[in-house]
Amino acid sequence: MRFDSLIDSVGGTPLVGLPTLSPSADVRLWAKLEDHNPTGSIKDRAALSMVLKAEAEGLLEPGSTILEPTSGNTGISLAMVASLRGYKLICVMPENTSIERTQLLTMWGAEIIPSPAAGGSNEAVRVAKRLAAEHPDWVMLYQYGNPANADAHYVGTGPEILADLPEVTHFVGGLGTTGTLMGVGRFFREHKPEVRIVAAEPRYGELVYGLRNLDEGFVPELYDESLIDSRFSVGPHDAVRRVRELIAAEGIFAGISTGAILHAALAQASKCVKAGESADIVFVVADGGWKYLSTGAYEGTLDEASDRLDGQLWA
Amino acid sequence: MAIEVRIPTILRTYTDGERVVESGGATVAELIDQLETDHVGIKERLIENAEVRRFVNIYVNDEDIRFTGGLATPVADGDTVVILPAVAGG
Repeated sequence: MRFDSLIDSVGGTPLVGLPTLSPSADVRLWAKLEDHNPTGSIKDRAALSMVLKAEAEGLLEPGSTILEPTSGNTGISLAMVASLRGYKLICVMPENTSIERTQLLTMWGAEIIPSPAAGGSNEAVRVAKRLAAEHPDWVMLYQYGNPANADAHYVGTGPEILADLPEVTHFVGGLGTTGTLMGVGRFFREHKPEVRIVAAEPRYGELVYGLRNLDEGFVPELYDESLIDSRFSVGPHDAVRRVRELIAAEGIFAGISTGAILHAALAQASKCVKAGESADIVFVVADGGWKYLSTGAYEGTLDEASDRLDGQLWA
Repeated sequence: MAIEVRIPTILRTYTDGERVVESGGATVAELIDQLETDHVGIKERLIENAEVRRFVNIYVNDEDIRFTGGLATPVADGDTVVILPAVAGG
């Protein structure tokens, strides 16, 4: 495959079967390897889509400053795109994210403004909205509410899956900004409505939920409940267990959030086996494990590893 | 036997600081009524106009009840119910 530039190579990722972890010949699991994108995560799709839309709308010109609240991957993708297109990037990122994310953002030339660990990404969103109000010349792409985030999956991820696996019955993705699930969900609702859309939501330690009151909770503006069919909450113990199974059984080295997504995919697979249904379940490998080596998720016992993730934004 | 309910930090003022309490009922609605009997005031923080509040998520055995029948979702002894505030990812 040949492309004019790195940016042109975003998307078009492989879909690979899981011959060992699939529970039976009739219930099959398929991994969409989004770690094959240029900066190693699914967020390259959303970042590129949001920048192209802002350029088309005349919001960005050479030398512009982009501001974004991000726990990491979106920032890393934006940093790559921004450096190639001539923009400055400022990321508001919670303190409780892995050191590799800071190193990668810095390497691609982004500036980082840390936000308090307590409250997780909610706090990063709040800080970024305040900064945007103080600096009207900065352009906040705002992944949580920008339709171009979901559109990247509506025109890319969804159609790629249907083309590679026309018999697909389920799609399982991670729930963060909700962009992946909203875009793929809308695509299948329109093109193959019998496909069930399953969300895997990371369940963090208590520090992350340390809000002052319930009115300070956060639901991304993109989120439309009608586009998904079930939603699983997955804690670090299950996520780490599954991410290790994925390496041991299938040789796929994935990030921790992928463990949570695989856990939901396997729960769905068990339901299909029990119901005697055949199924082709596609799940997202959101990124590789490289950025999480320092968290210790891949060494020691499961209890030790999940204890180390307590309080961290691991997805 | 009973149903284990995990209470988020911000609602533990109603449970004397307990992070896990026991409750009962045949549905989530009944379980919340039982919670209210034991921990007065908690129901109003969870429910508004007979629905789960926007920034509250309730899971039965890790599945969000908004997709399993809402407050009518059945529960049984041995189940685990988790209550969490909605947070951002990404």
